[in-house]
Amino acid sequence: MGMNKAYDISTRSVARALGLELVELDDWNCCGATAYMAIREKRSFILSARNLALAEKTGRPLVTACSACYVVLRKLNKYMAENPQLRAEIRSALAVGEMDYQGKVPVRHLLDVIVSDVGEEGIRPRVRRPLTGLRVVPYYGCQISRPFGEIDDEEFPQSLDRLVSWLGAEPVPFALKAKCCGGMMMTTQPPIGRRLTGKILKGSKRSGAHGVVTCCPLCQMNLEAYQQQVGAEMGSDCEIPVLYFTQLVGYALGLGPRELALGDSLTPVESMLTEKVACT
Amino acid sequence: MNAAATVDLRKTFLGNIYAIPNGKKINECLQCGTCSASCPTSEAMEYSPREIIAALRAGLLDRVLKSNTVWLCASCYSCSVRCPAGIPFTDVMYELKRLGVEYGLCPNGATNAVMAQVFVESVDRHGRNHEPELIRKYLLRTNPLGFLRQVRLGLRLLRRGRMPVWPHKIKGVDVLRKMMAKIEENSAK
Repeated sequence: MGMNKAYDISTRSVARALGLELVELDDWNCCGATAYMAIREKRSFILSARNLALAEKTGRPLVTACSACYVVLRKLNKYMAENPQLRAEIRSALAVGEMDYQGKVPVRHLLDVIVSDVGEEGIRPRVRRPLTGLRVVPYYGCQISRPFGEIDDEEFPQSLDRLVSWLGAEPVPFALKAKCCGGMMMTTQPPIGRRLTGKILKGSKRSGAHGVVTCCPLCQMNLEAYQQQVGAEMGSDCEIPVLYFTQLVGYALGLGPRELALGDSLTPVESMLTEKVACT
Repeated sequence: MNAAATVDLRKTFLGNIYAIPNGKKINECLQCGTCSASCPTSEAMEYSPREIIAALRAGLLDRVLKSNTVWLCASCYSCSVRCPAGIPFTDVMYELKRLGVEYGLCPNGATNAVMAQVFVESVDRHGRNHEPELIRKYLLRTNPLGFLRQVRLGLRLLRRGRMPVWPHKIKGVDVLRKMMAKIEENSAK
């Protein structure tokens, strides 16, 4: 429940509304994201392996709404499958904590679960508030389709576009939809971070979209939190509402603003939705 | 760096790269430059991704590691998915980041290395990443004035209940640390 708690809240609400039974992994730890493995690779494997070992005990697939967790956890599965020595090292380290991981837990991104498992036939009939007239940029960022390309195309992903259209909204064709938002750069190399998010925000604004929809907590933060500075630097209006895809789905399903934590946004998400979605 | 150290660096690097899936493909680089053209941050790098492999072949890897280059990789995997030789270049970048730290070649201006260090400390301590602590420690180590500039954003987040005051420590953090120590000890053998 940190800076992205609206993602957590809206994920739980949407899962409930869609009849998806999500069980929070008991005592989960941080996956290490891109930072931990950049200096301590072996230790970072244990971060992933512990989470997956906890998941294996439950007998369920592991679902995450964060693209960094998705890649990092999937990467461990791949490395364990292809490198028997590493696999043995990981298992012997886990044994110290009386844990084990066989390497068999499927790692899924929530977007993939909603688009592939719930699917169009599960979504459309549940839409209580069709988002007719709403135009949004589906922004995927990097790590949901790269490097593995297992749930969507690496260069030109489509799943979020489809989901947006099932809700009655119009997905705006957007060339930069899988371009990097800069990730940590917004903090560590601000001029680079602002340039990368600037291109995405400026392009979104120019496309005539009413908002940007994200499926990664770090993309969300980068795109929503620095719009004024980025706009000043780009010499262009970069102010546009940015929301989690779970908030958009939940809104269409008829959930209330509190169930979706719309008020948490740094951008005017709630007023954009009430203004642009035609009342029916 | 003397000649022996350069050879050692290269050997360690290739050994580690060969251990990752598809790592051996690094030898198939044909210097086409697709990686550099695809990289969203290459224009800020002293050596572009293509040049890194050229430097490796020329025995100049230490120069790359002394530059800010590898720490400007945002891990977006564009190079990896486009490389016609199938080189997992993002993972090569990760290896170079670790090697620079290990050999003490990492430059002072590599702010991403400081961030990674602070991140590791936070996760080792709590088992999770405590965002306010991360930003505070990072800025105090790199740019204390920048800390003041972040205060406004901090307050906007705080007003919306998005600034957790206390870190959450996981129950299994001691065991987690033991398991991490164990894997490091295994690989040191």
